[in-house]
Amino acid sequence: METSQVVETTQSTKRLIDLRGMKCPAPIVALNNETRQMAAGELFEAVADDPAFELDVKAWCRRKGYELLTLEVSPQETRAVVRCPV
Amino acid sequence: MFSNDLDKLLAAFSIATGAAACGLKVSMFFTFWGTTLLRREAPQTAGKRLVERMFGWMLPAGPRQLSLSRMHMGGLGRALIGREMRRKGIPALTEMIEMAKASGVEILACSMSMDLMGIRREELLDYPNLRICGATQFVDMAADGNVTLFV
Repeated sequence: METSQVVETTQSTKRLIDLRGMKCPAPIVALNNETRQMAAGELFEAVADDPAFELDVKAWCRRKGYELLTLEVSPQETRAVVRCPV
Repeated sequence: MFSNDLDKLLAAFSIATGAAACGLKVSMFFTFWGTTLLRREAPQTAGKRLVERMFGWMLPAGPRQLSLSRMHMGGLGRALIGREMRRKGIPALTEMIEMAKASGVEILACSMSMDLMGIRREELLDYPNLRICGATQFVDMAADGNVTLFV
């Protein structure tokens, strides 16, 4: 899925993975595909509007050894900043 | 996977693709009615007995001909649910099978069910490393697995 784009933030360049509009299990499947080629320690931000994403992304990070740095939940969407395993 | 109800298959494939995305090794074993999901939409092969051919006519072939376990209403329910799923961005069963394929979910077909229903190897869908096996192979995998679901 061609949804990701590179965005500049103040701290560092981190990839934004846009999973909005996808429903379970598509966001996690797409997230898994998008992060497969990422470098060790790379940061990315994932955003989804499926309400399942909050708990699902936590479980996915725990399972795959990714570090969940921040998780912002609003009624509209969930944003997770994650570091790839090193 | 024992059932070939569309709704049950959607649930099973959601869990399977989700688990594969979490790095778990996932195998799906299709037996009895479940085996019919693996049939491709094509004319039946030659050389079948009448009863086997009748099974082929009466049973669905592949993901597009399935019924819902509830609210099917002669196909009306399925059409409504299909439309709602598209509208809400929920992946269709055909898309979920593609996701399963891409994420390395393994598919096994029960040899006894295939034999019983007269389904031939060459009538099965194209799926990487699809294997035909029996209960022992299933039990062997299930014994090493942390999660086994019977759907």
